[in-house]
Amino acid sequence: MRYVDEFRDSELTKILVDRIHRVTKHPWVIMEICGGQTHSILQNGIDQLLPKEIELVHGPGCPVCVTSLELVDKALAIAAMPNVIFCSFGDMLRVPGSGKDLFSVRASGGQVRIVYSPLDAVKIAQANPDKEVVFFAIGFETTGPANAMSVIQAKALGIKNFSVLVSQVTVPPAMHVILGSPQNRVQGFLAAGHVCAVMGYWEYPPIAEKYQIPIVVTGFEPIDLLKGILVTVEQLEKGSHIVENAYTRVVSYEGNQPAQTILKKVFEPCDRNWRGIGLIPNSGWKLRPEFANYDAELKFKVSDIHTQESPICISGQILQGRKKPPQCPAFGAQCTPEYPLGATMVSSEGTCAAYYRYAREEMSS
Amino acid sequence: MSETASVTMEGPVCPLPLHHHTQIVMGHGSGGRMTQELIQEVFMPYFSNPALLEGNDFANLLAPITDARHIAVSTDSHIVFPLIFPGGDIGRLAVCGTVNDVAMSGAIPAALTAGFILEEGLSIDLLKQIVRSMAMASEEAGVAIVAGDTKVVERGKADGLFINTTGFGWVPDGLQIGGQFAKPGDAVLISGTIGDHGIAVLTARGDLGFETEIVSDVAPLNLLIEAVVAEIPKVHVLRDPTRGGLATTLNEIATQSDVNITIEENSIPIRPAVATACEMLGFDPLYVANEGKVIVILPEDKAELALQILRKQKYGENATLIGHVYEKPKSRVLLRTRLGTTRLLDVLAGEMLPRIC
Amino acid sequence: MCLAVPGKITEITPTPGALMGKVDFGGVIREVCLEAIPDAKIGNYVIVHAGFALNILSEEEAQETLSALRELGDIEGELAIGLDPMGL
Repeated sequence: MRYVDEFRDSELTKILVDRIHRVTKHPWVIMEICGGQTHSILQNGIDQLLPKEIELVHGPGCPVCVTSLELVDKALAIAAMPNVIFCSFGDMLRVPGSGKDLFSVRASGGQVRIVYSPLDAVKIAQANPDKEVVFFAIGFETTGPANAMSVIQAKALGIKNFSVLVSQVTVPPAMHVILGSPQNRVQGFLAAGHVCAVMGYWEYPPIAEKYQIPIVVTGFEPIDLLKGILVTVEQLEKGSHIVENAYTRVVSYEGNQPAQTILKKVFEPCDRNWRGIGLIPNSGWKLRPEFANYDAELKFKVSDIHTQESPICISGQILQGRKKPPQCPAFGAQCTPEYPLGATMVSSEGTCAAYYRYAREEMSS
Repeated sequence: MSETASVTMEGPVCPLPLHHHTQIVMGHGSGGRMTQELIQEVFMPYFSNPALLEGNDFANLLAPITDARHIAVSTDSHIVFPLIFPGGDIGRLAVCGTVNDVAMSGAIPAALTAGFILEEGLSIDLLKQIVRSMAMASEEAGVAIVAGDTKVVERGKADGLFINTTGFGWVPDGLQIGGQFAKPGDAVLISGTIGDHGIAVLTARGDLGFETEIVSDVAPLNLLIEAVVAEIPKVHVLRDPTRGGLATTLNEIATQSDVNITIEENSIPIRPAVATACEMLGFDPLYVANEGKVIVILPEDKAELALQILRKQKYGENATLIGHVYEKPKSRVLLRTRLGTTRLLDVLAGEMLPRIC
Repeated sequence: MCLAVPGKITEITPTPGALMGKVDFGGVIREVCLEAIPDAKIGNYVIVHAGFALNILSEEEAQETLSALRELGDIEGELAIGLDPMGL
């Protein structure tokens, strides 16, 4: 068992697809919250396999896309400072701020480095004691433990030239915003499997109850996604609205306790601005006061930031599943992956970029 | 002319002790004695051939006695970091890249030029290693480097070194090979596994912390191509999927020929370690660069023969049929996934970045 | 938000800052933080995100998922053969 190919098996996916077709009797709108799930659905053409009654809409589970414009601008300002080595996950480099992105900061001489793990940024700080190393700690709950660990490790090793610029966001508040909106069309939810690997799914039953909506913890391989969709549709067809786990090999109800302990040690809840959506109360994490020395927002004076969003970008509507990219007048015209106007067009994580790359609507010829 | 700090003046020592220099300095680019000595010490031992030995500013080459009246020419500048990576280096890349470009027309590559822009401070031992590698690659390909140039720029202006190579070859009469000749019904073959070079270079940079045995596939393909064309002169398209990977190159061909190319995900050869590295980074291997592979598009009834020939050649052991050419949708490349669905394979937009989500 | 890949633990090394280890993902080996899975053993398969192990993969659950699916396939097969009046 290697846990990858087995869950891509085309015969097993056919079984799931057949059953979905057989049980679907009514139209349903199902949202998958995670950018990675969107990517896998489009890359494998899973939406093509589903009966046309099922509409998949894509949620704001893209930490790159929802990081607030203000924080991106702060990142750009810090990265441009001499003596700073700014470390980030790769896909943040092309996210547009109020005028430029980290790529252009690098082109102008700023030291910007891509890292695979926040812990690698700590190593860079150790190797460059005369520089200030800053890590752009974006992410949902999945990335929280890794980001938190970098701070714990830096403190344990007595490293003083390391800090993090935090943009942690959490899923449940976003679900409330989407489901609680009068324009909400979503009837079933595929919860993000790896968020739940960390947090468990004990937070979801109150949401399912409040909005009378089935929530199914779902993974990322074709079999996982189809299973999640099947379980959701079966619930919808019989009018049930409970939380179920379709990703049992990774996720348990309580989640990973040591990981949650790490999170509580380093972070505390705060309000967060979600780019394109707005302020969602209690929807994020910030560093606890005892880690203030590792907070890049405090270390670097970057308060004088004027943010300016593109007036024609409709990222917010896309992120909430209200519109699809082809409905945006700028899609494919002024806004392309090479020249993105908003965060959802950056790299293959954002919904707009994923649509552009897999260009659904062009295929019918 | 510049002096270095390593000059010692004890005893009857020549005041221009080039043999003590371990690094490139600005004086090496001056065109004067230091340049000549650099050429003699570093380049001539490896690039020796009659044309170069004449010592002129031009190479005087004799055209072969054939009816071939067409010359294929190609030029490329090579920039890679790190300069040395598993499976090759910038020198091998520079030679193979241009030899291959010329060979893609069906031409027999005849000669190469090599221009070097050296960064002040570059280690001369490293330069020798790269030049030696170029000599080995050109010997393997059977081409001579007949003209060259060196310039030196200040520290910080050249990432070690940049190499430009221009190559040319004689196109045998009667051949019509090019990206515009793909026809509906043609078979699409790839000569081996994809993604090796791009991932090898990326992991060699060290930033990702990946330990792997992946090596670049950089190789001269002219002999492999010659073997195919000799038996199947009616090959339609030959192209190497370098920057932008297989998907981008197929798009170029589909657009040039105004046809549709559809490939099967299940048939694409890829080393497991390369597939793993791509998974971890969120990369699609179809967009990762290759430097030792060729796409062959030819009439369907010759596909099996072509595969047999390729698989007997060095660098063609894993040749596979990956798809076909269709009439429409025109100028588009489609991928049939392992689930039986179809999606568009667009050209690569910008640089691929490791993703978190 | 969740690009995570399964791999097998090949080394475990406690360090002053964190419990670390090496994971083989299938031809690529990388250092991974195992702090969230203190009971992990060499040979365990784990799911890794950004150099951090989120959980140990349950082989039992994985097999269960696949065999339940195959059973479903048998049922679906029977239904397809003509036991389904709707002809789906």
